[in-house]
Amino acid sequence: MHELSIAQSLLEILEQEAKARGAAKVTRVKLRIGALSGVVREALEFAFEVASGGTVAEGASLEIEEVPVRIRCPRCGVLEQEGPFLVCLRCGEVGVLLSGRELEIDSMEIEDGGQGRQGHP
Amino acid sequence: MEVKVVRDILEANEVIARQNRDFFAERGIYVLNLMGSPGTGKTSLLERTLERLKGHWRVGVIEGDIATSQDAERIARYGVPTVQINTGGACHLDGNMVRGAFGELDFDQIDLLIVENVGNLVCPAEFRIGEDDKVMILSVTEGEDKPLKYPLMFQVSSALLLNKIDLLPYVDFDLERFRSYALKVNPRLQIMEISCKTGEGLERWIEWLEERASGKRG
Repeated sequence: MHELSIAQSLLEILEQEAKARGAAKVTRVKLRIGALSGVVREALEFAFEVASGGTVAEGASLEIEEVPVRIRCPRCGVLEQEGPFLVCLRCGEVGVLLSGRELEIDSMEIEDGGQGRQGHP
Repeated sequence: MEVKVVRDILEANEVIARQNRDFFAERGIYVLNLMGSPGTGKTSLLERTLERLKGHWRVGVIEGDIATSQDAERIARYGVPTVQINTGGACHLDGNMVRGAFGELDFDQIDLLIVENVGNLVCPAEFRIGEDDKVMILSVTEGEDKPLKYPLMFQVSSALLLNKIDLLPYVDFDLERFRSYALKVNPRLQIMEISCKTGEGLERWIEWLEERASGKRG
């Protein structure tokens, strides 16, 4: 349910980034979402579609890369493992989480807003 | 044209949560973020806790709910300054909502602030509010599989209070399996078994809380 808050935060960042680059439109957004974040993909897609209406990212497509859980086990080294476990499933040691909590924007596809076109009539 | 951005989506909340944290740190206030499902016993725990801290700590309470001020009224009976935040539909408190309550409490008169989050096992885990510790409460009627189904809250919590243990004889809740799931998901989780109804296990909880809060007061 908090996907709407996340979509709104995402849109604020997209507005800032688009403005800073003089872009008129954001057409595609790539996100990295960790398997341990509490985000449901479909809910985020839906929330983004609703919340983006009337913004610079209206109609933009969301590309979501799911980042797997990786831990560093003091005994077994770095490993990717299934499930939400922070202990090493091979030997039971307490591991250090390397990835899986991501909730980040990776990149966006923008369309020019007209600035920087001088000299190309 | 594709441009690299690489920013944390919740960075705005992180910034506000850090500011809240600084605000509390300057005043030596320990802040607890209490999370759990609806009906798990958050408000009952708060009541039992307030009874036991009375006279030892100057406690303040922020009550987060989607709607109504019933919990705040329940808590105000204990004579502690209480603010109700209605999230108006949002399933969690965030840093900004908590900051909105700053003007309504006299923080010079508070050294331990308990924030009761909105009843929900998922969303509150994702939003920092400026707390020192997140503590979650889960009741035995909710089932032992919850750490696997809702791992994030277990992972971000410092302590877990397993409530309603007086009901253990009547429900199929495998305590050992639960502990093993919870500790695989968060090996550092402090698990305390309690009953807000009978008072069992609450001394240990209060000891834990007072120790954590004393560290902040210095």
